[in-house]
Amino acid sequence: MTAIVEIRGLRKTYDDGFEALKGIDLSIEQGEILALLGPNGAGKTTLISSICGITVPTGGTVSVGGHDVVRDYRGARAMIGLVPQEITLEPFEKVIRTVRFSRGLFGKAPDEAHVEKVLRTLSLWDKRNARVIELSGGMKRRVLIAKALSHEPRVLFLDEPTAGVDVELRKDMWATVADLKAAGVTIILTTHYIEEAEAIADRIGVINDGQLLLVEEKAALMQRLGRKDLRIELQHPIDAVPEMLSHYGLVLEDGGMALTYTYDTQGERTGITQLLSDLSGAGLVLRDIQTRQSSLEEIFVGLVKEGTA
Amino acid sequence: MNWTAILAIYKFEMSRFFRTLLQSFISPVISTSLYFVVFGAAIGSRIDQVEGVSYGAFIVPGLIMLAVMTQSITNASFGIYFPKFIGTIYEVLSAPISFLEVVMGYVGAAATKALFIGAVILFTSSLFVELEIQHPIAMVGFMVLTCLSFALLGFIIGIWAKNFEQLQLVPLLIVTPLVFLGGSFYSISMLPPVWQTITLFNPVVYLISGFRWAFFGMADVPIGLSLLAIGGFTALCLVVIWWIFKTGWRIRS
Repeated sequence: MTAIVEIRGLRKTYDDGFEALKGIDLSIEQGEILALLGPNGAGKTTLISSICGITVPTGGTVSVGGHDVVRDYRGARAMIGLVPQEITLEPFEKVIRTVRFSRGLFGKAPDEAHVEKVLRTLSLWDKRNARVIELSGGMKRRVLIAKALSHEPRVLFLDEPTAGVDVELRKDMWATVADLKAAGVTIILTTHYIEEAEAIADRIGVINDGQLLLVEEKAALMQRLGRKDLRIELQHPIDAVPEMLSHYGLVLEDGGMALTYTYDTQGERTGITQLLSDLSGAGLVLRDIQTRQSSLEEIFVGLVKEGTA
Repeated sequence: MNWTAILAIYKFEMSRFFRTLLQSFISPVISTSLYFVVFGAAIGSRIDQVEGVSYGAFIVPGLIMLAVMTQSITNASFGIYFPKFIGTIYEVLSAPISFLEVVMGYVGAAATKALFIGAVILFTSSLFVELEIQHPIAMVGFMVLTCLSFALLGFIIGIWAKNFEQLQLVPLLIVTPLVFLGGSFYSISMLPPVWQTITLFNPVVYLISGFRWAFFGMADVPIGLSLLAIGGFTALCLVVIWWIFKTGWRIRS
């Protein structure tokens, strides 16, 4: 894999002294989907703005496809499509004209076939002659994506693409993202919906307070930080965890009807076999057992806490 | 030079103009007719001629200049302010184009609209008074330069403005008074000597005078001075634009 976006020591301090980015290093590989997760104000949008030319970085370098975003901004920006977080569209213009405008603005010769393809992919073709102001919120967001895709970017930034979007449209968008990836487009999306990152990303980066806490393969991240809960439901309630089971760190729940055991899936020994044997040794009758993987959300909350501690 | 991008901005801006073509067309026609009724018929009946030109014809260059200047400023300032206001400026900032190209697109479109309106007023005027243009090429040249330089000024105002009030402020409080006091409707020689001197500090005097010279071959100030004034004004605007470009003032954080 080769990196298509290289970010080195990127810093941004705003005029009011707010340090939005505190030295970000990140390589984004060609053709991948990278999700940047972080709470509001973490620096996600500033990071994207610095790469796309909307904000001037205070320090560090960014290159896109080998083009430095400051010195060779034409080369770099020609490769980038940006879908901003806010819905910002010329309200009185027709859909197809705003899309054509975007293509021209990026210096691409008119190509009606491409514009049609983009509009059809995003189910906007029927609305092509509608004025933007007549569209629903979800449709407007599609127009933003259509504008970004109109000039055939190699790298697409989606800044919280599904914020305030209904479930159906969200699924649609994920499908669109998957199609783009199949076409070889590198996609960077920011989100604070963890299930979104979990559903579509190849790698996940976690940003908080202007710092990149980690970037990892999604599966590896889930595994590395993945703890599992084993929930044991009992046939008869108990008042306390029996003395002989105390070293398992069991938590008694549901008025003595259930026990929860937390273990590390990556550990040398999970201790499950021994626990089950000890449970029956203690005379407990089991009614049911379940295991549950901790969600990315829990992993994320843990990381952000770690970072601020 | 990214001509495709310049053309895209230009066309997009012009389409705003064509969407409201009727208003764009009718309002200058009506206001020009009103000026002719008020100034031409009411006052013109008392002022017969100004330096050998009928009063009705005399005010035509001033009328055109008034419209062209305010239209250039309004169009250009609104053209760049509106994307800032609604947020669509992000796209222009993230596009592979230079600031110069952005200016060319917006200013070019604003100047074109103003030029169109200037032509409409010229045509409407010709229905009211008999006009002969002695130096047609100079007339067109003056008009184009004025459109461009005031569109540049409008662009600067649009970048500077933080709200709609500020956007209106400069045209309303500075440009309109300067144009009215700049000899649009009278010859400076008709003023008392003291006011003649004060008037010479008004830059618009030189523009209107030069423009009137192109029509009738007569002027309040030498034509060379008029050219110098419009050239200097354009240069000043370009310097400010260059500075905005260098610093990213009020565009890029």
